[in-house]
Amino acid sequence: MNITWYIVFSSLLFATGVLGILLRRSPLVLLLCLELMLNAGNLALVAFSRMVGNEQGQVFAVIVMVIAACEVVVGLGLIVAIFRRRLPLNVDDLRELRG
Amino acid sequence: MEAVVFFVAAIGALGGAIGVIAMRNPFYSVLALIVHLFSLAALFLLLTSAFVAAAQVVVYAGAVMVLYVFVVAYVGGGGESAWEPIPGQRFLAPLLAIALFVELSIAVLGSALASLETHGPEVKAGFGDPAAIGRLLLEKFLLPFEASSILLLLAAVGAIVLAARRSPDNAPDAARVAEGDTPSKHSPTRLEGVSPSAPTP
Repeated sequence: MNITWYIVFSSLLFATGVLGILLRRSPLVLLLCLELMLNAGNLALVAFSRMVGNEQGQVFAVIVMVIAACEVVVGLGLIVAIFRRRLPLNVDDLRELRG
Repeated sequence: MEAVVFFVAAIGALGGAIGVIAMRNPFYSVLALIVHLFSLAALFLLLTSAFVAAAQVVVYAGAVMVLYVFVVAYVGGGGESAWEPIPGQRFLAPLLAIALFVELSIAVLGSALASLETHGPEVKAGFGDPAAIGRLLLEKFLLPFEASSILLLLAAVGAIVLAARRSPDNAPDAARVAEGDTPSKHSPTRLEGVSPSAPTP
């Protein structure tokens, strides 16, 4: 399979993640869609690393995984904090900072 | 053979991704994301990156998804309200996503990178195995490696601070007694960042 297939497929996955971000309102599902987009980026990084024949892109992918884990931890902590304060778990209702 | 594996894994990954955004219950969304991650690990293996695939399965599908499952079980998967703040969002969002995909595809297919149309160069047997990645991480990319470890520590501390118990019904009773038995009128625990004052002897 050509590298093009992988890159186009990764952009398809990224578009799917964007669609989820635009459609859903539960912060949990929004975090999952962020994971989708980060994984699409990972796939592109690994595919380009294979294209160049160099492992450095894979190191980038591993570090992106670390960033994703951090984002998940902080995001889930926020969701638990929102839930503890009896606030609605809906990103459209949590709009106090919008002014 | 490679094409068969690619298409099976791609269909699995895409189906998992669509399942994430289509399921009403967040628990099923998490399960669909696990399918997506496993299929993506197969794609990583096709690209001869064994370590990234293993890390994907162990770290993502193992550890991170368990965290998700715990939080979904704690918060509970409530249904989303049908209220739409932007009229027509349900129809505009797929249009925007399709436009993004078409745009990215035009950028990829129209690029002048000639090696995109190849399988990549022939690589030696140890390409992408843990030894090679570890050597790169500890020699060339030592600074990003250490920075990401500090970031992990900060994220762990931040999550503990965010999710720590500070709600008024969990406050120790001694604080209420020290205020002279006026329960929850101006309890300091309602305020952000103010800890309940300990009774002084």
